Amino acid sequence: MRSHSLITGLGPVCALGLGPDAFWQSLLQGTIGIKPIESLDPSGFHVQLAGEVRDAKIRDFVPKTYRKATKVMARDTELAVIAAKIAADDAGLKTRGSEDDAEGFPLDPVRTGCQIGAGLIAAETEELARAVVSAQDEQGRFSMDGWGTEGQGKSGMNNLPPLWLLKYLPNMLACHVTIIHGLEGPSNTIMGAEASALLSIGESARVIERGSADICFTGGAESRINHLGLLRWEYAARLTPVTQDEDPASVCKPYQPDSRGGLIGESGGMLVIESEEHAKARDASAYARIIGFGAAQTPRPYIPATESMRAHDETDRGLSASISHAMRDAGIEPDDIDAVLTLGIGEPTLDQMELGAITEALDERSSTVPIVSLAHLTGNTMAGHAGLLTAAGALCLHNQQIPQAMITRNPDAPASNLRRVLVCSPSLGGQAGALVLERMS
Amino acid sequence: MPTGDHTPHASTPHRVVITGMGWVTPLGHEIDSTWQRLLNAESAVGPITRFDASTCSTNFAAEVKDFDLQTHLGDRASAHADAGIATQFALSATKNAWRMAGMDTSPPDLTRTGIYLGAGEGVLDYEPYMAANISGYDPEARKLDDAAWAATAYKGMRPAPEVEQEPQLTSTHIAYELGTMGPTLNCMTACAASTQAIGEAFEIIRRGDADAMIAGGSHSMIHPLGMTGFMRLTAMSTRRDDPQTASRPFDKSREGFVMGEGAGIVILESLDSAKARGANILCEVVGFGSTADAYRITDIHPDGKGGAGAMTGALKQAGIDPNATDESGRPLVHYISAHGTGTQENDKTESAGVRSVFGDNAPSVPFSSIKSMMGHLIQAAGAVELITCIQAIQTGIIPPTGNLHEVDPVCGLDHVPLTPRDENPRGGVDVCLSNSFGFGGQNDTICVRKYRQ
Repeated sequence: MRSHSLITGLGPVCALGLGPDAFWQSLLQGTIGIKPIESLDPSGFHVQLAGEVRDAKIRDFVPKTYRKATKVMARDTELAVIAAKIAADDAGLKTRGSEDDAEGFPLDPVRTGCQIGAGLIAAETEELARAVVSAQDEQGRFSMDGWGTEGQGKSGMNNLPPLWLLKYLPNMLACHVTIIHGLEGPSNTIMGAEASALLSIGESARVIERGSADICFTGGAESRINHLGLLRWEYAARLTPVTQDEDPASVCKPYQPDSRGGLIGESGGMLVIESEEHAKARDASAYARIIGFGAAQTPRPYIPATESMRAHDETDRGLSASISHAMRDAGIEPDDIDAVLTLGIGEPTLDQMELGAITEALDERSSTVPIVSLAHLTGNTMAGHAGLLTAAGALCLHNQQIPQAMITRNPDAPASNLRRVLVCSPSLGGQAGALVLERMS
Repeated sequence: MPTGDHTPHASTPHRVVITGMGWVTPLGHEIDSTWQRLLNAESAVGPITRFDASTCSTNFAAEVKDFDLQTHLGDRASAHADAGIATQFALSATKNAWRMAGMDTSPPDLTRTGIYLGAGEGVLDYEPYMAANISGYDPEARKLDDAAWAATAYKGMRPAPEVEQEPQLTSTHIAYELGTMGPTLNCMTACAASTQAIGEAFEIIRRGDADAMIAGGSHSMIHPLGMTGFMRLTAMSTRRDDPQTASRPFDKSREGFVMGEGAGIVILESLDSAKARGANILCEVVGFGSTADAYRITDIHPDGKGGAGAMTGALKQAGIDPNATDESGRPLVHYISAHGTGTQENDKTESAGVRSVFGDNAPSVPFSSIKSMMGHLIQAAGAVELITCIQAIQTGIIPPTGNLHEVDPVCGLDHVPLTPRDENPRGGVDVCLSNSFGFGGQNDTICVRKYRQ
C-alpha cells in the first residue's frame, strides 16, 4: 500500500492576499489583483501592470532573532519565507521559527524536507547600478579598470556588499526557510519556470512516499516584477505590452481568441504536505490528498517569437504526457476528474497549445469539465504559480466549490460534488507536470 | 525498442546503472586523455582570457579551452546557435555520453527517458546590461531612473541572449536534440547541484517514473559579475603570482578555491533497460544521501554534521557499513571524491564529517580532490567528480590531490597527495562516494559501486 501525502497547510501569498482565507475570499469575489506597478516607475517599460504583493513586511514573518538576516533576502526569498511561515502556522506546526509560547506540533528536523521551486533572481538594479557607475570609463562605458580592486580606478566592485552573491543564489529561498524553521531533511531547489512549484510538490510527495521524510515544506516563489524580469519575460512572449490605465480584464482573457497576452504577477506558493500516518498521529486536519504525479517534457526548442509558434500549430506534448502519467499514477480515468486547474496565461498561442494537451489527455472529458485558472487574476507568477494553483485546488475540494471567476472554459459544466481535481502546468522551457488531488472523505 | 518495466512504484525498486558519461572540462573534453592529465596532476589553471580580469584580485581561473560545439554535434550545432556557453558544454557532454551508452544505435524508449540537470544560469550578456545600469543611474539624486534604464535596455539587450540565461533551457536544448519526453527537471542548489541532480535522477528511475535519465550539470561563472560575487565573499584564492598552485585542498597553506567551468553528464538507466539494449555497464548507483544544515547562510555547521548526514544516508541506502572492513582489513569504501574546495572551512569540516562517519577507518579511506587540478566547476563539479569515481572503478586507480605538499593536521586523512594511487594490487576499486556541498548548507553524496550481476 502506497503512502499518499496529505496537504495540511496552505500559504498562498499573491496579489489576492496573504494566507488561505484572504486568498479564497478574493477568489469568491472575483477580485483582480493586477494593478499599476508600484515597486518601480513603470513609465518607461512596455509592461506597466502587475499583480504585486503589497503590505507584507518580511520582518513580521521571521523570528526577532532573524530580522537582521532579512537584509540579505531578495524579494523572491521574502515571498518564500512569508508563504512558508503562513503554511506552517496553517498546518498547526511548531518549528524553531515559532514564538516560544506558540502552540503546535513540534517538528522532527531530520524527518522534515524542503523543496522550493525558484526562478533566477535578478540583482537589485539600483544597488548594482550604483556600484557600476563608479567603474565607468571616460566614454561612459563599464570598465574593468574601474571595477577591480587591483587597478588604477575606483575599485567599483567594493561598492557591493560582501554577501552580495548570497542574496541572489536561487537556493537561498530553501536555505532561509530551512534555517528559520530548522528543517534538516532532504532539500531541493527546482527551476522549471511556471512548472517549478508543481514539480517541487510532486518531488516532495515522492520523498515522503519513499520514506526519506515524514513532512515537507514545498511549493515555490518568484518575483520578476523588476527591471530585468519585465524585459526578459516580455522577450519570452510571456507578457504583452500594457499601459497603466488599461483594464487587465480586457487584456488577459485565457482561452479567448481575442486575448492580447499574458500579464505578470509575483507569488509565494508554499504548502505543508505530510504522510497520512504522520498527519493521523498528530491529529491534523487536511485539505486534500495527493494521489497522482506525473512529469514530462515537450521536445521542442524554446521559441521566443509567438508568430513562429502559431505556424507550428502544436499541442504541448509534454503537458499531455504528464497528465496521462499523473492519472495512471492515481489509477483514475478522465471521467474521474471534476476540474482542471491550469496555467492559462492568456497568450493565445500558448493557451491553444495547453488546451490541445488537455484535450489530448482527457479526450471528451475536456469539454465537460470546468477549466480553471488564476493568471488573469494574479498575473503569471512564475515559479510560485503552481503552488497557488495547488492551494486553490485543495480549497476547491475542501469547500466543494469552484469560484466562478476562476473558470475560464466550460463555464456551464457542473462545479459541485468535486471528488478529484487535476492541477497541471506547462512551462517556458517545455518542462511540464501534473498532480491529481482528491478530497478527504 | 526496449521498454523496460512500465509499472511505476514496483514493490522492489529498480536497480540503476550508469552506461554512458561525457564531460567538457578545463583539462579536456574526452574521457581517457583528460583522466590521464588528472593522474599526472596537471593544472588547468591560468590567466583569465574570457574578459580583461587584470584588475581583479583573482585574475586566473580554469577555463575550458579549444571548445567548438561543432566538434561534438556536427551540423546539428547550428540548431543550438543561440545557446549560452554552458549549455553548449552540456550538449557536447550529453552527446558523448549518449554515444558511449550506445543510445544512438540502440535508443531507449524516449517517452520514458528524462533529464535531471544542475545547470547554472547562463553567462550574462553584460555589456548592454551594464550600459543600461550606467545610463539608468542618476548620480546627482543617487537614485535609479527606471525609465532611463528601460530606454537603454530595450535598445541594447537582445531577446535570445537574455532568455537563454534561464537555467532550465539547457535541458530544453538537450530534449530537443535527442527527442526525450520523460520527466525533466533542473535544480540549482549551488555547488551541490549536479550531485543532487544525479541523485534525484537515480530516485526517479528507482521508483519507476523513468527508464533512463540524462543527468549531471553545467556552469560557467567566468564572467565579470560571476567572479565579482566570489571576490566580494573572499572565497577564492588570490595567488596571482603562481595560479597553477593556487588550488590547494587540504594543504596547510590553502586560501580559497579557484574558479573552473564545464559540464559533466552521465546516462543513468534501469538495469532492465541497460540489459535489454545490450549496453556496456560502467557501474551501479547504489545510494544517494541529501541533507540541509539549516545552520547559517554563510557558514557550514562546524562539526560537519550535514555532510556526515549525506554520506551516512548514501551508505545506508547502499547497505554498506562504513565501520566494517573486509578480510584483509580494508574498509569497504575504497575512495571518496571530496568536495574539497580548498577553502579553510570546507576542507576542515568535510574532513571532520568523514572522521565522524568512518571512525577508525577514516585514515585508511583515500579521500582526494580533483579541484586541485580542474578548479571548482560550481554546479558542474559534482557530475565531473562522479565521473572520476567511475574511472577509478574502471581502472583501479585513484586520482591525486594536486598541490598538496603539507597536509593540514585539521584535515589529516589519506588525501592521496601529488601522485595517483594504484589500488589494483589490493583488488581494485569497488565502492566510491562523491561529495558535494553547497552554499546555504545543501549536502549531497552519491555512492557508486562496481557492477555485479
